[in-house]
Amino acid sequence: MSCQGADCRTLLRELCDFLDGALDPETAQRIEAHLRQCDDCRALVDTTRKTIEFFCRTEPVPLPEDLRRRLHDLLASRLGRKEPS
Amino acid sequence: MKSDQRVPQDGPATTPAAAPDDEAVLVAAARQGNLEAFEELVRRYESRIFRLAYNITQNREDAEDVTQEAFLKGFEHLPEFHGDSRFYTWLVRIAVNEALMKLRRRRPNELPLDEMIETEDDLIPREIVDWGPTPDQRYEQAELQRILADAIARLEPPYRVVFQLRDIEELPTEETARLLGLSVPAVKSRLLRARLKLRDLLDRHFRGSDRRELPGS
Repeated sequence: MSCQGADCRTLLRELCDFLDGALDPETAQRIEAHLRQCDDCRALVDTTRKTIEFFCRTEPVPLPEDLRRRLHDLLASRLGRKEPS
Repeated sequence: MKSDQRVPQDGPATTPAAAPDDEAVLVAAARQGNLEAFEELVRRYESRIFRLAYNITQNREDAEDVTQEAFLKGFEHLPEFHGDSRFYTWLVRIAVNEALMKLRRRRPNELPLDEMIETEDDLIPREIVDWGPTPDQRYEQAELQRILADAIARLEPPYRVVFQLRDIEELPTEETARLLGLSVPAVKSRLLRARLKLRDLLDRHFRGSDRRELPGS
């Protein structure tokens, strides 16, 4: 990052809480004001937010059929003989 | 059950996503020993539990074992589930404990439980590039999945586990800390590193055409 100022370091330190909306209002407003002035920090916030979103919204791949069959056969054989304790 | 195999007790609601309306009915039936009801719950969550297990262990055989054990223990311990959280969240806690045991057995030195808090000094990216509004549209879905899976695999286990729990399973920081035996600051520190490392790994795929070389980088 080209800017190494105090506000850039504050942004980096508080990045997770800022993205999660977990900052106190005063710190959040200070960071938002900094983002309006700093292209690098704004790009960092935006690309980190997109990174999280990609992982969150990607649906898991369905289980391979052989694994699904084995899992259900195992559950049927193991659980079919017992009640929940 | 071995002494180190903790089955978590039911806790407060932790996941913002709403449960399917009939989940409580299925859980109640499964608690009465209805295997069909439990198998329906398995069908709903097997892919997500397997993904969680694979993302943590990075080993298919271990992930299969974890998935099986999570559902078996989930059924056996259903009487301890009181419905205060989503059933899936409760199941995640079981699966995470199973996956961590696998990871610790295979890589005993790669999941330190110490409380060292890293500074952010070495986290400062040397170059920031805007990705544009829809960088993922450059890839087919299967290719995007491969890119994301490869990025997760390249994270070191302590960061991979925290990212999985906080950002993919959406567990709160406090619960993640409790599950992993870490302090809240340690979880936050690892999450920051995980997010920035993943951002860097995706950057090479998603960076746009307006790349800006920064002075001194």
